Amino acid sequence: MYSKGFKPLAVATVLSILAAFALVFFYAPNDADQGFIQKIFYVHVPMAIVALFGFVAGGIMAIKHLRTGEASWDMRSYVAIHLSIILGTAVLVTGAIWAKASWGHWWVWDEPVLVSFLIVFLLYCVYYPLRYSIEDPERQARYSSVFAIAAGAFVPINFTAVRLAESVTHPRVLSQTGGSLPGDMRLTFLISLLAMTLLFVTLWKLELTSKHASMQLKRLRRRLELRAEERGAATPARSPV
Amino acid sequence: MIRAAAAILRKDLTIEMRTKESVPAMTLFSVTVYVLFHFGLDRDTLDGELASGVLWVTLLLATVIGVSRLFATEREQGGIDALLLAPVDRTALFVAKAAALFLYLVLLEVVAVPVFGLLLLGPDLLAALPELLVILVLADIGLAAVGALVAALAVETRARELVVPLLLLPLVVPLLIGAASASEPLLREGAEPEDLGRFLALLAGYDLVFLLIALAVFDFLLDD
Repeated sequence: MYSKGFKPLAVATVLSILAAFALVFFYAPNDADQGFIQKIFYVHVPMAIVALFGFVAGGIMAIKHLRTGEASWDMRSYVAIHLSIILGTAVLVTGAIWAKASWGHWWVWDEPVLVSFLIVFLLYCVYYPLRYSIEDPERQARYSSVFAIAAGAFVPINFTAVRLAESVTHPRVLSQTGGSLPGDMRLTFLISLLAMTLLFVTLWKLELTSKHASMQLKRLRRRLELRAEERGAATPARSPV
Repeated sequence: MIRAAAAILRKDLTIEMRTKESVPAMTLFSVTVYVLFHFGLDRDTLDGELASGVLWVTLLLATVIGVSRLFATEREQGGIDALLLAPVDRTALFVAKAAALFLYLVLLEVVAVPVFGLLLLGPDLLAALPELLVILVLADIGLAAVGALVAALAVETRARELVVPLLLLPLVVPLLIGAASASEPLLREGAEPEDLGRFLALLAGYDLVFLLIALAVFDFLLDD
């Protein structure tokens, strides 16, 4: 069900990751100010962008779930948010390393992008306690979807609000890709972004397939047990002794 | 719809008048937090950023109490089933709950803001008042919308006390940014509004977006 086209996707992911690494290390020049450490940019920024889009995509899938009532959409939304949270952790860690190397501090509060990301991350961390403290599976899916929608809409509002409040000094990559980034760096960045997006989709499909398979397995086991019980109840009557 | 909402609101306000559970607790909590800040910051008077920050963080923390009590009577006494059996739109329930929370917040601020002026604020509160009132009302609308949504989200969870603050506080960060940044120049000596329009627009936009989201998704909560 979810594994359609998985193999070409996985191959494309591996190839694009290899290409991205090759470009990062052998093609893109070292940054004039920051030197080698600037290369963390090719990991950090694509991860942040993909994580944010993953959060928003989780919200859109949640809308689909509430519209159609199909549990599979909730599962898709859950896996997207789950992966985005994992990426988000990596974004905060790589961001702190980059900040330490280029600004001398592990954390700076006057970077709107950094602060917004932290707030969004903190909000999404509540997804787990909310989801897993509701026992009824149907209700769990519904409430999680409501959360995913509200939080997905919160992402852009939050970025606007934090940017309004703070000075703007963080490199604005999304609006900048067509602008001040030199050509070879831009190409490397775009390939890295592509690789990260493909990685996200691959992992998302993989996780969905595995969840789907384990659910089916559980269902089959239960059916097998039921059948064994029926047969167990029937055998004594037929046995000759 | 409006009549149903008004009826639920009247019921909530009657309960609040008789039991006095939410508003006095929120108010008492705010005053206690002022005392904590006095000792924590070791300052007798505050102004500018510090004053605005203390005021707004205190009000937001008090809101958490109001939000976690918002469905308390229904849950504890089982009234929620009757409410859901009644042939009224879920939207009416949201409107009533948000209106109740809005009124609680206004009542809280009627006491907590002057007390802040007396206890901690250095400059005169009256100088800041007209603009501050607008900020308070806009912030209350947003808090009421988000608060009612969070209360409904948390009501079915086992870890309710945990989920409400964890969910509400990150969600209201944009609101805190707008409200605190708008109030900060007003709470300085010689209050001069600064960038007021920009932050009021932020607050109004936040209110609008979350009212719409809450109205759109509330139907899916509190089912069965």
